[in-house]
Amino acid sequence: MAIEVRIPTILRNYTGGAKAVSAEGATLEELISNLESSHPGIKERLVDQGSLRRFVNVYLNDEDVRFLSGLGTPVSDGDTVTVLPAVAGG
Amino acid sequence: MLSISQELVDKIVAHARADHPDEACGVIAGRGGVPERFIPMENAERSPTFYRFDSMEQFRVWREMDDRDEEPVVIYHSHTATEAYPSRTDVSYASEPDAHYVLVSTRDENEVEFRSYRIVDGVITEEEVRFLP
Repeated sequence: MAIEVRIPTILRNYTGGAKAVSAEGATLEELISNLESSHPGIKERLVDQGSLRRFVNVYLNDEDVRFLSGLGTPVSDGDTVTVLPAVAGG
Repeated sequence: MLSISQELVDKIVAHARADHPDEACGVIAGRGGVPERFIPMENAERSPTFYRFDSMEQFRVWREMDDRDEEPVVIYHSHTATEAYPSRTDVSYASEPDAHYVLVSTRDENEVEFRSYRIVDGVITEEEVRFLP
């Protein structure tokens, strides 16, 4: 089972420069753990204390996972997960 | 150095003025580092001290740029009561190392401050702005 994960510029140092990588899992949480095993360090940039970091947006296909079930969102073969750092400031 | 057309500068400033006293924000997309396409974004925070792109709007715009082989050449926002210099929050959330971060200050009604920076690994570097006719 493979899910495409699209990686933003700022996190490509974890993926050897790759714009997209594939990973596996039944939920977003499992997918991120699987990603961590092949790209160590990336999980900490996405997850903090068991939930998604506030200034990281993660989308399942066309939906922000915050409007789905967050890290518990089910994912399946053929899905695309996109990570985009929020553009924000003061 | 940022080279940008006066027309795009005027659009950024007009957006900042229109949303004052809230902060305005947006992107200029382009290719090869040349800013071309003006994309005003909604400030989901609607705040005079904070801005954040709406996550769904950002997704659509980023995908569109991807499809068109564009990148976010400029990411702009306004400060409405302080100078056009990146705040601590701006630095901590800066996530596009290749972008020119443009700041506009609307604190003065008659004069506009328009400045550009690179923000990489928490380090702010101001750069010259060249206004093209």
